[in-house]
Amino acid sequence: MIKLPGANGVDSGSLPEEVVNRFRGLAALAAVLIILPAFLPNTFYVDVANRVAILAMNAIMLNLLMGYTGQISLGHAGFFGLGAYGSAILTARYNVPPLGGLILSAVVTALLSWAVARVILRLRGHYLAMATLGLGVIITIVLTNEAQWTGGPDGMPVGRFSVLGYSLAGERQWYWVFAVLLFATVVITQNLINSPAGRALQALHGSEVAATVAGVDVRRRKMDVFVLSATVSSILGSLGAHYFGYINPGIADFVQSTELVIIVVFGGMASIYGALIGAVIIGILPQFLAGYDGWDVVAFGVILAATMIFLPRGLVPSLAAAMRPKRGATC
Amino acid sequence: MLTVDHLSKSFGGIHAVQDVGFHIPAGSVYSVIGPNGAGKTTLFNLISGLYTPTAGSVKFEGAEITGIPPHSLARMGISRTFQNLQVCKNLSAIENVMVGAHSRLNSGMFAGMFRFPGIVRSDRACKERAVDLMTQVGCKAYIDAHASAMPYGALKKLEVARALASEPRLLFLDEPAAGLNHTETHDMALLVGELVRLGITVVVVEHDMKLVMNISHRILVLNYGQKLAEGTPEEIRKNPDVIAAYLGGDEDEE
Repeated sequence: MIKLPGANGVDSGSLPEEVVNRFRGLAALAAVLIILPAFLPNTFYVDVANRVAILAMNAIMLNLLMGYTGQISLGHAGFFGLGAYGSAILTARYNVPPLGGLILSAVVTALLSWAVARVILRLRGHYLAMATLGLGVIITIVLTNEAQWTGGPDGMPVGRFSVLGYSLAGERQWYWVFAVLLFATVVITQNLINSPAGRALQALHGSEVAATVAGVDVRRRKMDVFVLSATVSSILGSLGAHYFGYINPGIADFVQSTELVIIVVFGGMASIYGALIGAVIIGILPQFLAGYDGWDVVAFGVILAATMIFLPRGLVPSLAAAMRPKRGATC
Repeated sequence: MLTVDHLSKSFGGIHAVQDVGFHIPAGSVYSVIGPNGAGKTTLFNLISGLYTPTAGSVKFEGAEITGIPPHSLARMGISRTFQNLQVCKNLSAIENVMVGAHSRLNSGMFAGMFRFPGIVRSDRACKERAVDLMTQVGCKAYIDAHASAMPYGALKKLEVARALASEPRLLFLDEPAAGLNHTETHDMALLVGELVRLGITVVVVEHDMKLVMNISHRILVLNYGQKLAEGTPEEIRKNPDVIAAYLGGDEDEE
C-alpha cells in the first residue's frame, strides 16, 4: 500500500533464516534415518524403530489437528484401526490386492470422518473431547463385537503387502518404507504449516472470530484438517496391519488414542519435531523401563509429570526457546 | 457504500438493536456513538456477519449482504477490528497480519502441502506487504516479535494492520482508541485520516468524543438500541436529544 524504503531490509534478512532452519531439520532427520539401520543389531531393534515411525507419523497428524488447529481428538487410534481392519478384511475375505485395500479403506475412512466431522466439529473443548472419545470407543466396540468379520477380541491375521508382484518382507525392508514415509510426512506437514492454509489453521486456533473475519471459512477448515488427519491415520493403519501380520481391536482402543495425545503434549503442541521426538521417547521408554517390573509404570508417570512441570510447553518448544534466549519472549 | 435498513436484533426479550437505518457514503469516516449498552458493537457484529439480524437488511455497494458469513464478506472488501482484542497469540506478529490476507491468497490445502511454486512467491509478497502495513500503522518495532509478547497499544494497531491486509474498501474499527494514551490516540486519528485518503471508507465505534468529533464526517447516535440522531459532528453537537441522553444535558463535554 505505502512503500517504505526501510521495509525491505527487514524482510530479506529473515527469509534465508527460514529456509536454513527448514533444511537443517530435514537434513538431520534424513541423516538419522539413513544411518540408523547400521546401529540396529537385530530385527528386534528394527521392529522397535518401525513401530516408532508409525507412532511418529500418527502423532504428527494428530498434532496437526490438536497442536496447530486446536481441535482435540481422543479417538484418533480409531481411524488407524479402521484402516488396519479395512485392509485386513478386504485382502483376506475379498481378495482385494493390498494397495486396493489400502486405498478403499482410506476412502471409506475419509467419508466416515467427513460425516462425523460435520456433526462433532460444532463442539468445542471438553465437549469435542467427549465426542471424539465416544467415536473411538464405538469403533473399538464394533471391531471387537463383529467377530464374523474381524475375528473379535482375538484379532485376525493379515497377509503380506505387495505391489505389482513385488512383496514386502522382513523388518529391514519395511524400515525403508516407513523411513521414506516419515520423511515425506514431515516435509509435507511442514509445507502445509508454512502455507496460507496452515496459517489459517493456526489462526482459527488462536481466535476463531479473528480468523473468520479475515476470510477463513472456519468450519470447512476444521473439517478439512480432521478428514486429512483421519485419512492419513487410516493409510498408516493399513500399512501397519500388513507389517504387523496380525491385528486385534487393541490397536484402535482408548489407550492407543491417549498415547498419541500424550506424545503430542509431551513432545510439544504445534511442533512437528516435537511429535517426532515425543514418539521416539514415548515409544522406546517402556522398553528401557521393562526391566524394573512393577516400577516401570511409576517411572513412566514421574518422567511425564516432571517434563510437563519443567518444560511446560512440551519438550521441543521449551528447549528451543531456552536455547534461543534473544527470542525468549515467545513464551 | 453501505445502506442499513430497518435492522433489528433481539436476544430473547432484549432488543439490542431496533429498527436502525442509515447510509454510509463512500470515502467518509462514519462514527457510531452512544452510551454503554446502546447496541453499537451489536450493530457492528450484525453488519460484519457475526450475528444474523432478526429483521432488516444490509446492502454493500447495492448488493444485499444480510446473512452472508463473515469469511465471504472479507473477500468482498469488508473488514473489521475488535473492541476486545482478537489477536492470535499462537502466531508471530507478522503472521497475524498475513492471516488478514487469507482471502487474497491461494489457501488450498494441497497447494500448501506440495508447495506449489505460485504459493511460495505470493506468500513472500504477502510478507513484504505485511511488513509495509505494520510500518504504516506504527508497529514497526514489532515486526520480528511474537504476538504474545506485544503490549496492548501495539496489538490494537496490529489488528488494524491485519484488517488492512485483506485490502478492504470498508473498514470497521471497534473502539480503536480504547485503552490508548494521548499520543497513541493522536496517532490513531492520523492513521484513520490516512486510510480515508487511500480510498477506504472507515466506520468507527468510539467513546473518545474529542476523537469522534475530530475525525468523523457523519455521526450516528444510538440509545437503547434505537437511532437517536444522525448527522454531521456540528449537528450532533447541537442536537438537544443527544445532549440530553448522552452528554447529560451539559455541553461542556469532558
